[in-house]
Amino acid sequence: MAESTGKFLVGVYDDDDVILEAVGKVKQAGVKIHEVYSPFAIHGMDVAIGHPRTRIGIAAFMFGVTGLACGLALILWTMGFDWPMIIGGKDPISFPNYVPVLFEMTVLFTAFGMTFTFFISNGFGPTVKPLLFDPRCTDNKFVMAIDLSKNKLSEAEIATVLKSSGAEEVSVKQV
Amino acid sequence: MHITSPVRTPLVTGGKTYADVTEDICRHVEGKPTKEWKVAFTISLLVLLYGAACVAWTWWEGLGVWGLNKTVGWAWDITNFVWWVGIGHAGTLISAVLLLFRQKWRTSINRAAEAMTIFAVLCAASFIVMHMGRPWLAYWALPLPNTFGSLWVNFNSPLVWDVFAISTYFSVSCLFWFVGLVPDLATIRDRAKNKVSKYIYGALSLGWNGSAKAWARYEYISLILAGLSTPLVLSVHTIVSMDFATSVIPGWHTTIFPPYFVAGAIFSGFAMVQTLMLVTRVVYKLEDYITLEHIESMNKIITLTGSIVGVAYLTEFFIAWYSGVEYETYAFVNRATGPYWWAYWAMMTCNVISPQLFWSRSIRRSVKWTFFISIIVNIGMWFERFVIIVTSLHRDYIPSSWAMFSPTMFDIGDYIFSFGFFFTCFFLFSKYLPVINMAEVKAIVKSSSEKLPKKVSGVAKGERVSAPTFNKDAQ
Repeated sequence: MAESTGKFLVGVYDDDDVILEAVGKVKQAGVKIHEVYSPFAIHGMDVAIGHPRTRIGIAAFMFGVTGLACGLALILWTMGFDWPMIIGGKDPISFPNYVPVLFEMTVLFTAFGMTFTFFISNGFGPTVKPLLFDPRCTDNKFVMAIDLSKNKLSEAEIATVLKSSGAEEVSVKQV
Repeated sequence: MHITSPVRTPLVTGGKTYADVTEDICRHVEGKPTKEWKVAFTISLLVLLYGAACVAWTWWEGLGVWGLNKTVGWAWDITNFVWWVGIGHAGTLISAVLLLFRQKWRTSINRAAEAMTIFAVLCAASFIVMHMGRPWLAYWALPLPNTFGSLWVNFNSPLVWDVFAISTYFSVSCLFWFVGLVPDLATIRDRAKNKVSKYIYGALSLGWNGSAKAWARYEYISLILAGLSTPLVLSVHTIVSMDFATSVIPGWHTTIFPPYFVAGAIFSGFAMVQTLMLVTRVVYKLEDYITLEHIESMNKIITLTGSIVGVAYLTEFFIAWYSGVEYETYAFVNRATGPYWWAYWAMMTCNVISPQLFWSRSIRRSVKWTFFISIIVNIGMWFERFVIIVTSLHRDYIPSSWAMFSPTMFDIGDYIFSFGFFFTCFFLFSKYLPVINMAEVKAIVKSSSEKLPKKVSGVAKGERVSAPTFNKDAQ
C-alpha cells in the first residue's frame, strides 16, 4: 500500500478493547498516531484515531445516478427513437415497464463503481505488496504504528506511552 | 460495540480466541486435500462430465432430444432454472438482509451461503442458455446496436428484465462475496508457507493490511452493498415470477406470484444452505462455529417462509375459484385432481406440511431431522415449479391438443449437469477458500462467546451485569 516511508514505532496489542482505549491514551499524551491495524473491524476506531469520515457513500450515489441515467438513455433511445415499437397497444415510451431495467442498471453501476472506488482509495491491486508492520495483525494481534518523523516526542518517550497504554511489544520498524 | 446480555446463548462455543478462529478455519485451506474430499470431488467431477456430455448432445442435436411437445413447450429447463435461482436467494438473504437486521448469527454461514448463491445462479443461467437451443446466439438477448439486426431487444418484456436482473444479481453477488473475502485472503497470505500460495493469495488479497481506514471503508461499503442487494434479491425473483405472471396462461396469470416466488426462493435456499452446512460443519469440525443455535435460527426462517408459501398455495386456489373464470378454476382443479395430482400433492406435503414439524423445538434442534427436512423441502420446491409450469401448460384451451410431458434421458442428464457443476464448484470453494468469514466471526467472538475473557468483561460467565465494562456504548 502506497503510504509514507520512514521510521515507525510499532506497538502490538492483544485485545481490541485495549487498543481502542489505548488510542485515546496515546493521543492524550500528545502522540500522533499514523494508523492502527487489526484483524477485524473495530467500531469507532477510525473516529478515535481522527480519520476523516469516508466519502465513499457520495461516490456510490454518483455512480447510482450515472447508472440510472445510462439506463434511461439506453431505453429511451432504443424504444422511443431509434426503432419505436408499439407493444400491447401502449406508447413506445411507457415508463412503468422500464422500472425493472432502470433499477438493475442503477444497482449495477452503484455496486461496481463503489467497489472499485474502495479498491482505488485503499491503493489495492493484485501486485500491491502490503505494508505490514507486523504480519500477526491479520491473525490475532492489534498493531498501532507511530510515524517518528511526524512526532515531536522522542522514541523512548513514545515507547513508554505505548507500553503504559497496554502494548505487549514495542519495536522500531523502518519502511 | 453492542450490549450483549450475558444470558444470550453464545454464537461461538468452545471458548475460542482470535488465534483459534484463524487456526480452525485456515487449517482446511492450508492442509493437503483429504481422502474424503478427493473422493467426493472426483464423484462430482464425473457427474459433471456425464452432464456436460448430455448438454453437448442437446446442443448438437437440438432441443428435440428433450421430451417437450407442442403443448408443453417449457418443462424441466425452466423448472430447473427457477429452482436454482431460488436456491441462490438464501445466500444474499443471509449476507445482506441479516446484516441490515444486525443478526450476528449470519457471520458463521454467510461466506458459504454466498458461494452457494453464485454457483446456483450459474446453474440457473446454464438452463437459460440451454433452452435457447442455439447457445452461440445467446448474445441476442443483450441490447446490442443495430448492426446485429434491425431491432433492439424489447424492454417491455420480462424475459429481457430477467437478463438484466440475473446478470446484475450474479455480478453484484460476486462483488459482495469477493469484498468479504479480501481480509480473510490476507490472513491466509500472511500465514502461507510456500511460494505458490503466498503469491496466489497475495494477488487475491490485493494488498490488504487491515488498517483502520480500510476497515472503516469496508464496513461502509458492506452496508451499502447489503442495502443494494436486499431490493436486488427481491427484484430478481419478482422478475422471474413475472416471466409467468405477465402471460395470459391460466395458472400463471396471477398477481400473487412475486411475493409467493420470493418466499419460496428463500424457503428453498435456506433448505439448501442447511443441507450443505450440516455436512460441512461435520467434515470440517466446525461445530463450534455453526452451532445448534444457527441451525435453529435457519429452521425458523424455513418455517416462516414455508408457511407463507402454504398460504400462497391456498390463496391461489381460492382466487381461482372466486374469480369465476372457468379456465382459471379448471387449471387449479386440474393441478390437484388431474393426471399430475401426484406432483401437486408431493409439493403440498413437502412444502406445506414438512416445515411445520419445526414448531417442535426438539425437531428444529435435531441435526438429523433438519438434514432430512431440508432435502424434502428442496424436492418439494422443485415440484412446485414443475406443477406451475407443466400442469398449467399440459391442458390448454383445445382438448384435442392436451398432452402429457415425459422427460427423456437428456432432460434428466442436463439436470444432472447442474448438480455436477454445483458440487464441483462447492468442493473447490470449500478446499481453497475459507468457508467461514474469519474477520466477521472474530468481531463477534468476544460479545457472544460463552467465555468472555474476564479481564475484559470484568465479570465471570453467567453473572448478570447491567453495563459490562467492555461495552463502550454503555459507559
